[in-house]
Amino acid sequence: MLRCSAFALAFLLGLTVVSVAAESLDVKIGYLRRAKHQETISLVQMPPPDDGLAGAQMAADDNDTTGKFLNQRFSLVDMHLKQGDDADAAVKALAAQGIKLVVADLPADVLLKAADAGNSLGMLFFNAAAVADRLRQEDCRANLVHTAPSRAMLADALGQYLIWKKWSRWLLVTGSHERDKLWADAIKRTAKRYGATIVQEREFKDTGGARQTDSGVAQIQTQIPVFTQQAPAYDVLVAADESEVFAQYLPYRTWDARPVAGSAGLVPTSWDASNGLWGGIQMQSRFTRTFKRQMSALDMQAWTAVRMIGEAVQRTNADDPQTLLKFMTGPQMNLGAYKGQKLTVRDWDLQLRQPILLTDGRTIVSVSPQEGFLHQFSELDTLGYDRPETKCKLQ
Amino acid sequence: MRYAMALIAGLILSPQAHAYMAYVSNERSNTVTVIDTDAMAVVKTIKVGQRPRGIELTKDDKYCLVAVGDDDTVQVIDTAKGEVTANLPSGPDPELFTLSPDNKVLYIANENDNTVTMVDMEKRAPMGEVQVGVEPEGMGLSPDGKILVNTSETTNMAHFIDTQTKKIVANVLVDSRPRFAAFKSDGSELWVSSEVGGTVSVIDPVKHVVTKRITFAIPGLRSESIQPVGINITRDGKTVFVALGPANRVAVIDGTTHEVKKYLLVGQRVWHGAFTPDEKYLLTTNGISNDVSVIDVANLKVIKSIQVGELPWGVTITRH
Repeated sequence: MLRCSAFALAFLLGLTVVSVAAESLDVKIGYLRRAKHQETISLVQMPPPDDGLAGAQMAADDNDTTGKFLNQRFSLVDMHLKQGDDADAAVKALAAQGIKLVVADLPADVLLKAADAGNSLGMLFFNAAAVADRLRQEDCRANLVHTAPSRAMLADALGQYLIWKKWSRWLLVTGSHERDKLWADAIKRTAKRYGATIVQEREFKDTGGARQTDSGVAQIQTQIPVFTQQAPAYDVLVAADESEVFAQYLPYRTWDARPVAGSAGLVPTSWDASNGLWGGIQMQSRFTRTFKRQMSALDMQAWTAVRMIGEAVQRTNADDPQTLLKFMTGPQMNLGAYKGQKLTVRDWDLQLRQPILLTDGRTIVSVSPQEGFLHQFSELDTLGYDRPETKCKLQ
Repeated sequence: MRYAMALIAGLILSPQAHAYMAYVSNERSNTVTVIDTDAMAVVKTIKVGQRPRGIELTKDDKYCLVAVGDDDTVQVIDTAKGEVTANLPSGPDPELFTLSPDNKVLYIANENDNTVTMVDMEKRAPMGEVQVGVEPEGMGLSPDGKILVNTSETTNMAHFIDTQTKKIVANVLVDSRPRFAAFKSDGSELWVSSEVGGTVSVIDPVKHVVTKRITFAIPGLRSESIQPVGINITRDGKTVFVALGPANRVAVIDGTTHEVKKYLLVGQRVWHGAFTPDEKYLLTTNGISNDVSVIDVANLKVIKSIQVGELPWGVTITRH
């Protein structure tokens, strides 16, 4: 109401209201999400049913607030896959609704299928969840932008801090699942880049069993010290456990009195509910007020994707994916996302540059890149695969 | 009797009678530091509520208003008493605000609520609110008091609000995270800083168009660290000072040509500034180094730094 009368008044007075679109734009954004999220060892970290979607919703609302002044509307179409659902069919269903912009919370292989299915339909995808480095390397796509940080970025962010702390001898404990090994590979790459030594790598086998049991703690208390004993001298135990099988059990239970980092202890992430830096407190309270829960990293990555779309639509007054992508990878892109600096997109692999938080889940311990890790163009490019190392050929 | 004596002694000794006083809000200490700008020395520290940021004196210098965001109020410091004497109904999480030229209305940006709250200063009661963009912050009032400009950090706009009708009359899109808005004293230009975008937009307040986008480049500094926040324009409109945040510098800009003339190195994370009434000095708050830099305006030199409380944020200086 208020805005309508403001516009009416502006027109009556013959004022030129700049940047107000002559024609209205109705931007529909698809939100394509996986059947189920990974359960966690810790009860307080269990993913809520609307994990990610809530972040996207808040960004759509934020876009809409600006949009009301510009005669643009933003809405979200939620597409929740069920176990065994075909991603191709879901993409076609979104396309049938005229949707060309899709934010995806999908595992890497499903995401690639979806992006490829959408390619011929002129659709642009935003990867809000998958950390796989191959999506930014040999399997990159010209219609796939990444707001989720990659494993390499997360590992570099953690590694820079450990090196700054002079904890350069790492005991690496890796889970037995494929993605744990990929996470360990990223950590090994970081160790090599920054001159850390992996004194030993141990595998923690997933033998199955229930996550929560009535007598669980007593057994874990004896298992973990035994598992971590007789290690060569090390400064920090780095755990690679994306599957949530063991890492959360390591802190305070290792044989040697050593800190834990990686998948538990000091964790690298794009966002944490404890972050109040750079206006983040406003973001947290806005989110909590709306969704009655705390904001997760996935929420933030989805929020960022939808805000990127909003920013591009508002600056270009267009909604076709090609114009938007050109803006996002160009010099005018400067997204504010409570990270203390503008966020931009790497034009060689469509990865969003972003500082990475290091948190123990209660406070922000540090933010990488760390001081002293220099770069000729952007210090943010010290995290992950830089232009000279890229294997990505966008097409 | 003893009280009367103290009062007389206070009157004689009070430096207030012959010196200008700067009031600095210390975001972390929950205090306001008072600086005698003749002696350039701290004379008093006043305890206030939680997270004081925006700070402004009433035109008669009798009261210093300070937004204490975590206590959801704007506090009133009686400058003669040197203590908080009242709380204003500010709406939630007030950060920056501005006073009407006649001192009668206080306009407050409520970051958490997407609103601008108007407070009747005589009745000390709310008199209305305007819905604006996401995370309203900067507040600039035209010299005649008719147009209030509010900037919203996530919406990236300067909203022009008619203070009579309390309605938005225009919206101008600027670069990311606009944090501060200031009019030239003749009302001919509005300057808006964009912290994340790293630019300052000069806006024609009649046509509502951006006429100039000022960018900054400092050798040896990454562009991401240049984050403009506070803007101070001399009364003649000829010189503009822009605090550049973590670039640790204040940019000096020619108010006519809009060219950056010089960068002055101040303390770390410079937020805001205020002129002494004679415009001989500009005081800037340096958030991380916990001090205030004193800039000699005529010679464009930083001549002194004064230690204040933790994380100094805003500053305002008496006029009389």
